[in-house]
Amino acid sequence: MGQVMNQGVLQAKLWYAQRISAMVLGLCVAIHLVIIFYAIRGGLTAQEILGRTQGNVLFAIFYEIFVLACFVHAPIGMVNILQETFPKSGLDRPIAWILALLILILGTTAVVGVFTGGQI
Amino acid sequence: MSNSDLKVKVWRGSQEGEFVEYLVPRNPNQTVLDVVTYIQRKLDPTLSYRFACRVGMCGSCAMTVNGVARWTCRTHVSKIVEGDSLEIAPLNNLPVIKDLATDMREFFNKWKGAVGFFKGDKTRHDDFTKVQPNSEERQLADAGIECIGCGVCYASCEVVQSRPNYLGPAALNRAWTLTNDVRDVQQLERMTAVAGDAGCHACHSQGSCTEACPKSIAPTASIAGLKKLVARAAVRGSKWGKL
Repeated sequence: MGQVMNQGVLQAKLWYAQRISAMVLGLCVAIHLVIIFYAIRGGLTAQEILGRTQGNVLFAIFYEIFVLACFVHAPIGMVNILQETFPKSGLDRPIAWILALLILILGTTAVVGVFTGGQI
Repeated sequence: MSNSDLKVKVWRGSQEGEFVEYLVPRNPNQTVLDVVTYIQRKLDPTLSYRFACRVGMCGSCAMTVNGVARWTCRTHVSKIVEGDSLEIAPLNNLPVIKDLATDMREFFNKWKGAVGFFKGDKTRHDDFTKVQPNSEERQLADAGIECIGCGVCYASCEVVQSRPNYLGPAALNRAWTLTNDVRDVQQLERMTAVAGDAGCHACHSQGSCTEACPKSIAPTASIAGLKKLVARAAVRGSKWGKL
């Protein structure tokens, strides 16, 4: 009985985490888009982007929050989709974990990249 | 007369079977249940189907009519007929016993699974509990209380289809009305029972149940209420304690 109970309560917590991360993502995506529209008014090159983001701690913090929200949000949704689409595969959790780690590692690498300008 | 006859395809068999066509004379104000009854009484007495009250109270006569789950006793043929054709099948998402009768056991067992039954702690020697009709709990319970247990929402739900252990809209709607019953003493058990992917958190909020409900109840709203309440109880706690 305990096992079943804990499973449901864990899923309720995951749902809550997904909801909160969705709120963060909504805000982040909006800010991200506004910045893009603002920044590319006269065309934009990679050099110019790095020129602005390099050494800018606020940019780095903002995008790391963005990455963390994706890290929480996307794998939970992926598990749900996989469970409902391929209920007997048993691959839902492994794939979600791989996705989570990829988002975290690649996302953080990108944040470090725009902060340092690719020169570590 | 034959010109105005309805061409009615009816599912015959159990899980395996086929549609058989019958010709049924049209009548003004004819309901789908009238059509099925005509077939059983005049054309083929071996047809099995289920009904009781004929006036939309008992919830026994739900079937899939032209692809949509409906209460047949209150569905007029004229409102849903396509040309002169009707296709009548048993409800989806439930095992078929024979013809139009489904095995509803799983549906009702899930009500039990969702702790969809009342339990109080008062005896006949105690005074009545006073519940204000305009209190928030009473209003929320009222919104979902008229369910007749027909199974139309359950048959219309695509989450039930993809997750066979999902409790389904009717059971969760009942759980929500009881969550708002101030006399009930099983709140923590109920919240635990309806938490997670077998319960309220699997709902896609697509609203098929709400669209199909013949009593105009919105199980989607009830489930949304449960999602918030239960998740909050799991993370922060509730007035009845933490999960």
